[in-house]
Amino acid sequence: MTALVLLDFDAAGIKQPSRSAIAAATKLGDVHGLLAGTGIAAAAAQAAKIPGLTKVLTVDDAAYDHALAEPLAALLVSLAGGYSHVMSAATAIGKNVMPRVAALLDVQPISDISEVIDADTFVRPIYAGNALATVKSADAKKVLTVRASSFDPVPLEGGNATIETAAGSAGEPTSKFVSAELSKSARPELTAAKIIVSGGRGMQNGENFGKLLDPVADKLGAAVGASRAAVDAGFVPNDYQVGQTGKIVAPELYLAVGISGAIQHLAGMKDSKVIVAINKDEDAPIFQVADYGLVGDLFTILPELDKAL
Amino acid sequence: MKLLVAVKRVVDYNVKVRVKSDHSAVETAGVKMSMNPFDEIAVEEAVRLKEKGVASEIVAVSMGVTQCQETLRTALAMGADRGILVETDVALEPLAVAKMLKALVEKEGIELVIMGKQAIDDDMNATGQMLAALLGWPQGTFASKVEIAERTATVTREVDGGLETVALTLPAVVTADLRLNEPRYASLPNIMKARKKTIDTMTPADLGVDPAPRLTTLSVAEPPVRKAGIKVADVATLIDKLRNEAKVI
Repeated sequence: MTALVLLDFDAAGIKQPSRSAIAAATKLGDVHGLLAGTGIAAAAAQAAKIPGLTKVLTVDDAAYDHALAEPLAALLVSLAGGYSHVMSAATAIGKNVMPRVAALLDVQPISDISEVIDADTFVRPIYAGNALATVKSADAKKVLTVRASSFDPVPLEGGNATIETAAGSAGEPTSKFVSAELSKSARPELTAAKIIVSGGRGMQNGENFGKLLDPVADKLGAAVGASRAAVDAGFVPNDYQVGQTGKIVAPELYLAVGISGAIQHLAGMKDSKVIVAINKDEDAPIFQVADYGLVGDLFTILPELDKAL
Repeated sequence: MKLLVAVKRVVDYNVKVRVKSDHSAVETAGVKMSMNPFDEIAVEEAVRLKEKGVASEIVAVSMGVTQCQETLRTALAMGADRGILVETDVALEPLAVAKMLKALVEKEGIELVIMGKQAIDDDMNATGQMLAALLGWPQGTFASKVEIAERTATVTREVDGGLETVALTLPAVVTADLRLNEPRYASLPNIMKARKKTIDTMTPADLGVDPAPRLTTLSVAEPPVRKAGIKVADVATLIDKLRNEAKVI
């Protein structure tokens, strides 16, 4: 059995969620990685060193730049023949492309797996993580996306995969990339950060995020996140959102500030190793999942924290 | 341009779900059911496109048990023109739903499909992408903005690092993310009017689709419960605990 894992990459290399997808794939058998787009040589060299991968397929073609779903799905389908499992991390790219691949292969995809039981059987969260379903697929080929926070990423060094050029069909273009507006930040990405400092409605406005939360995050080398309430209120952009409708994270330390702990938020962070809650309402549900709770006014606590770190 | 919106009947988002004691599924008996919130956003977007004169007719489609009619009535009260219910007791999976939607799209001469990016029960996030694939259409998933001009849908998408804009040659499938719009509440007069709108009922067989699931659910379990920890008195104690007890900073 061999699994094909679509690898997410950027100028900095292979993205961490893809290394978690490889970790899940290694439980199934041999693993090949796929890199598609232009300027992939550096990423391919990096991928070749990832333990767990035995082969890295590269498709150097501008049709796959920006990871548009239509050409990328066509490519994956044309390569799928020799594979028992076609998979990716459940990132924006994976979630966009994989169901399309599955439909073209007449397969029911299994999204966001959090555990591999055997080649046909997987665990996945349903109802915003309030239940875990174990499902067995009757399809000959499996198409999967992997919940990155449920699998420790494989390391970047120690492997020795061969790099092989592949070709596939992108199909007739029906979509076009127009533009991207990406948040610029020197901080780590939410899904890869070891520490996350998140703010909720209690932050009161976006300015307070910059004034009070950012300095603490920077002292800790942390990423900054937010609850859906803070995003809906317009304090910060949507890509800050941690929760069922945002990003699912599991850092070493999650610091929830002014976040009450709605079910939808907890679904996105409750697998964090250590959770700290700072909230002035001592009955806030966030304290029920927090390892360390501090009841008090965040407007005095955050500056104190900043000073003490 | 004729537009199709797909709406799913799910456990209301305010309900705290419970796993059945035999671990076969989540309890849905006697639980409040509503339209999937992302589908409400899809319906709203469709209605706005009709108000702008872009769409000529909105066909709302739901699939599942008889009670999905209520979900369709909600869509009709929000402004959809007519409904189609594909009735079945089979627990439908995205692949079967996508196949049946494809048949309806072809039958109705639909040029734009809008649906929620995912249903909040199975959290699959797949049907829109799968429908687009089966039709050979482009897809604009996780949409936060949709503009239709000439034969192009320009869709701004919520992606991991921010936003991305793509241009799709129509016909196309768009899946709605949270920030696309704020769905309207159906007014009482519109709810009354919706009662007079048509809902056609058909079966998967009428559409030539075998809805048998490909996945078997072996068990459904509660996630492990995280225990509450301790309250600390002040910042100094917190930092001490994080440094020396949890060793995470």
